[in-house]
Amino acid sequence: MATFKEFRNNVKPNWCPGCGDFSIQAAIQRAAANVGLEPEQLAVISGIGCSGRISGYINAYGFHGIHGRVLPIAQGVKLANRELTVIASGGDGDGFAIGMGHTVHAIRRNLNVTYIVMDNQIYGLTKGQTSPRSAEGFKTKSTPEGSIESTLSPLEIAMSAGATFVAQSFSSDLKQLTSLIEQGIKHEGFSLINVFSPCVTFNKINTYDWFKENIVSLEQFPEYDPSNRVLAMNKIMETNGMLTGLIYQNTTRKSYEDLVTGFKHEGLAKQDMMITPEEFDKLVAEFR
Amino acid sequence: MISQLSWKIGGQQGEGVESTDRIFSTALNRLGYYLYGYRHFSSRIKGGHTNNKIRISTNPIRAISDDLDILVAFDQESIDLNAKELRLGGVVVADAKFNPTIPDGIEARLFAVPITAMAEELGTSLMKNMVASGASWALLGLPLEVFNKAVEEEFGRKGAAIVEKNIEAVKRGAEFVLELAGGPLDEFKLDEADGKQKLFMIGNEAIGLGSIAAGCRLMAAYPITPASEIMEYLIKKLPKFGGTVVQTEDEIAAVTMAIGANYAGVRTMTASAGPGLSLMMEAIGLAGMTETPLVIVNTQRGGPSTGLPTKQEQSDLNAMVYGTHGEIPKIVIAPASIEDCFYDTIESFNLSEQYQVPVILMTDLQLSLGKQSCEPLDYGKIEIKRGKLVSDVPALEGHDLFKRYELTEDGISPRVLPGEKGGLHHVTGVEHDEVGRPSENALNRQSMMDKRLNKLNDMYIRDAIRVDAPHETPDLLTIGMGSTGGTIDEARRLLDEEGVTTNHVTIRQIHPFPTSLLMPYLQKAKKVIVIENNATAQLASQIKMNAGFAEKIKSLLKYDGNPFLPSDVHKACKELSLDGNIQRV
Ligand SMILES: Cc1ncc(C[n+]2csc(CCOP(=O)(O)OP(=O)(O)O)c2C)c(N)n1
Ligand code: SF4
Ligand SMILES: [Mg+2]
Repeated sequence: MATFKEFRNNVKPNWCPGCGDFSIQAAIQRAAANVGLEPEQLAVISGIGCSGRISGYINAYGFHGIHGRVLPIAQGVKLANRELTVIASGGDGDGFAIGMGHTVHAIRRNLNVTYIVMDNQIYGLTKGQTSPRSAEGFKTKSTPEGSIESTLSPLEIAMSAGATFVAQSFSSDLKQLTSLIEQGIKHEGFSLINVFSPCVTFNKINTYDWFKENIVSLEQFPEYDPSNRVLAMNKIMETNGMLTGLIYQNTTRKSYEDLVTGFKHEGLAKQDMMITPEEFDKLVAEFR
Repeated sequence: MISQLSWKIGGQQGEGVESTDRIFSTALNRLGYYLYGYRHFSSRIKGGHTNNKIRISTNPIRAISDDLDILVAFDQESIDLNAKELRLGGVVVADAKFNPTIPDGIEARLFAVPITAMAEELGTSLMKNMVASGASWALLGLPLEVFNKAVEEEFGRKGAAIVEKNIEAVKRGAEFVLELAGGPLDEFKLDEADGKQKLFMIGNEAIGLGSIAAGCRLMAAYPITPASEIMEYLIKKLPKFGGTVVQTEDEIAAVTMAIGANYAGVRTMTASAGPGLSLMMEAIGLAGMTETPLVIVNTQRGGPSTGLPTKQEQSDLNAMVYGTHGEIPKIVIAPASIEDCFYDTIESFNLSEQYQVPVILMTDLQLSLGKQSCEPLDYGKIEIKRGKLVSDVPALEGHDLFKRYELTEDGISPRVLPGEKGGLHHVTGVEHDEVGRPSENALNRQSMMDKRLNKLNDMYIRDAIRVDAPHETPDLLTIGMGSTGGTIDEARRLLDEEGVTTNHVTIRQIHPFPTSLLMPYLQKAKKVIVIENNATAQLASQIKMNAGFAEKIKSLLKYDGNPFLPSDVHKACKELSLDGNIQRV
């Protein structure tokens, strides 16, 4: 059985030293090993941004796509071969700005894909512009007088879009993050895991220390029930979205793959492509 | 006895024009006639004038006609708008309800049949279509049993009572009109057809059927005219083959989902029209750069922007040939018949895997939606070719990765599917090395660009150009693409009778342009006329750019939303053969 080391390759990430993304990479590698995967059974699909480079740093099948389109690509992979474990990953700009339309619809569609957002509240790769996750008043190169748009709450959006798995974590908390990714992989349906991942170069406000001071772990509330949708929504609002842990999980709704008529358990990619003469005649007969 | 005839039905959208046409033409198909249909509709669901025209012939036909023999009208507007097409001695069958009149200056016989009243007598005005088609059928003197059989099949599912009512409606319509006309009209008596039932379908259905035959099992698409029938067909069929159709949130999702699924090994397509194609541009580059197979169907309609969404045009050529930033290899194929739609779809999937490139299959509205007779489709010709797709590859050592982008002689690298143990590699739209890792190395960049761009050198599809060249040095070489071939053929027949010699080439491989194949025909022709449904002569530009001969190439362009008529082409060719100048239509 593969250990987390088998999910490492010899590529040195080009992230800045101290970037939160390193720990997310480590957590994915650990979670993949912990759930018993082999590298070839995992496909990591990533977006464009500093974060998007992650698919190149994990020893598995990796697909680095185009900005904002990580989710449709990942869903295509899953539809084609549901035997693969598919992790989609990208930045907050990738998923909540340019790709927001796909995020909401991937949630609604509920394919068995685990989506890890590396949320640094800024655009890292393009060197420090505002993101939908930036706080109001946040000064960046594109908002020199401070952002005047309201901050987007991905957790609330996910809940209202009918998400079946919503979690949030902090890249420094490797233990919690690894565990949430494992749960996300095991969840039969779409799992959203938003991860606070400090950008040490361009975001001087939302730093490691800032997060440590501001986040509220659900572990503090042993009575918290993640199957209760109303409770989850309340908790998100109460904490202004700063909570971490498994916020909501619906285990009763079936995944998309299980709801599609005629979809088999064997990956479609492995099934026969050629139709029989009888099947062909039947199709053609409709046009007589 | 005549060998062909044109029939048209007009009315308000949503009042049974479509279904009248369907039942009437299905019955004609039963008898073995060749049919060619044209739908004139607007982008409204209810209301607005709409008409369907079919040409009926004992010989193969692939064009609408200039004129009309029988017009069935559900309202006065349909008469006012369409009567001018009627040839001398033509007939109008109109609903008596609106006291129909024939406009001044048009000589046509009018049969006012109480279409709505008869339908209502039988319980519902929905049965107007049966009364109207029954009347049409009777005027042609065709056997009623055949018609009734078609009715039975259309309504059989709804029970015997419904079938009987519909048959009764047909009978009443037939009897009433025969009474008025004093029996079937001799001048509309068609020669007997060969009795061999043809397939009768629209291009979009042939594409759907072709994709299933090609092993396509997933489709991701967003609805748009005139492409939606492809997804609607496939969602009915694919579940039987284990697959499905996903209606995505937009065309960007559709095309990127298709890329993901193709990467993971399932033949997957998307289909759209101009607006969707524009949204797909960045992703087309991703497929080209990552050498991921991809099939996109672009059913052209009137552009730009929302343009003329329900009208004929061929104006996306440049977008398809040049679209996406940077430089990638890409194949653009233009089927020119229903049969082509089927076989070219299969070939598109094969080429996309053999060359690991995006393939755009382009139709135009008339080819996508015009219902036509189609020769039998041959199961024996279905072949699935997956190129250099490999499996069971040797295990990797250490940190080695599979050379997914190995530099090879022909530029095409072995491809493995995710899940394969020895196949681990990385895929990225960033410039990359042989194992798919990002690289900005200048030498690597150059080799990778060359590798990708040279893959399609000397690539020719089946019938890259389709030639009809009876003359060594013709007065005129006509060139067209897509749905226009049949119309051009008819014009050429007239020209031939008048002593103007013509050769014809249909360009089916739009990109990479089949220059060397076309060259000899250009050389030998005295003059060349390129016929296309756009305003800027996009096909002619491709020819001039790739092959030259700018001085002898002229264009016939039509971009008013309507397909060419044989008379348009005839007139332009005649003018060109006489003095070298032609007018835009
Ligand atoms: C269509 C398109 N628009 C713009 C860009 C430029 N771009 C690359 S990454 C990025 C934003 C990155 O921010 P985020 O997604 O938060 O990722 P991060 O770098 O912060 O990890 C932008 C705007 C692009 N690559 N493609
Ligand atoms: S710029 Fe920010 S997000 Fe990008 S690598 Fe550096 S620290 Fe990480
Ligand atoms: Mg970011």
